[in-house]
Amino acid sequence: MDALIVNTYPVTARDYTSAGHASADIKRRLKQLGVGGDVLRRVAVASYEVELNLVIHSDGGRLELQVFPDRVQLTSSDVGPGIPDLALAMREGWSTANDEARSLGFGAGMGLPNMKRNADDFDIQSEVGKGTTITMGFRLQ
Amino acid sequence: MTIADMVRILNARVLLGEEKLDTPVHTACCSDLMSDVLAFVDEKTVLITGLTNPHVIRTSEMLDLKCLVFVRGKVPNDEILEAAAEQGLVVITTKATAFSACGILYAEGLRGVPVPLEWNAEDE
Repeated sequence: MDALIVNTYPVTARDYTSAGHASADIKRRLKQLGVGGDVLRRVAVASYEVELNLVIHSDGGRLELQVFPDRVQLTSSDVGPGIPDLALAMREGWSTANDEARSLGFGAGMGLPNMKRNADDFDIQSEVGKGTTITMGFRLQ
Repeated sequence: MTIADMVRILNARVLLGEEKLDTPVHTACCSDLMSDVLAFVDEKTVLITGLTNPHVIRTSEMLDLKCLVFVRGKVPNDEILEAAAEQGLVVITTKATAFSACGILYAEGLRGVPVPLEWNAEDE
């Protein structure tokens, strides 16, 4: 099935000032399409978390929004550094965020578990030295 | 409880949203960790925080929060207040510390976001 909307947002590593702009735009676009309530909030939260992860942890990447008639898909892909231990990274409270990210209120180790909790489908693939791809699906009622 | 009640109880100053003080308040969350806020909060929650950076406003936007309470008399800068105004947020500031603000509001009947206290297998 073809996507109704495909939009890609480049995300710059360590750009804490702009972090969140892509997610705000994604939320606005979905709202314009009539997506609301619980699913809109879940997409927004997961999107913001994954965008912040790109800023805090990656060497740069992009966030892609795809809207289908029955679902929303968010895909985050980066160019590294990759996650050595995915099981550990998925654990609540585990974080490798730096002091700058922590001073802004992040790095609580809730990002990945929170994305998984909010998405209907969650997949993460990572290879050290290559990068990480996170795919999240959200069913539209 | 309404936001107006919170303003009275906390002897707070209203920085934004004077016209929306009759909005009902259902639950509250107090944290400086936006990741925790994103994990546990829904839109009817008031966020009590000592953090005054733009991510507090962006977190509120993602969650559709209606009201922010800054503690220890903190007032965010104009840029942050403008972003909050665009969101239509009510923003108030109290001289109380985070702990005291929570205690005062709890004593008046406001409660936190319900979280089960039981430990389960995933915690081991």
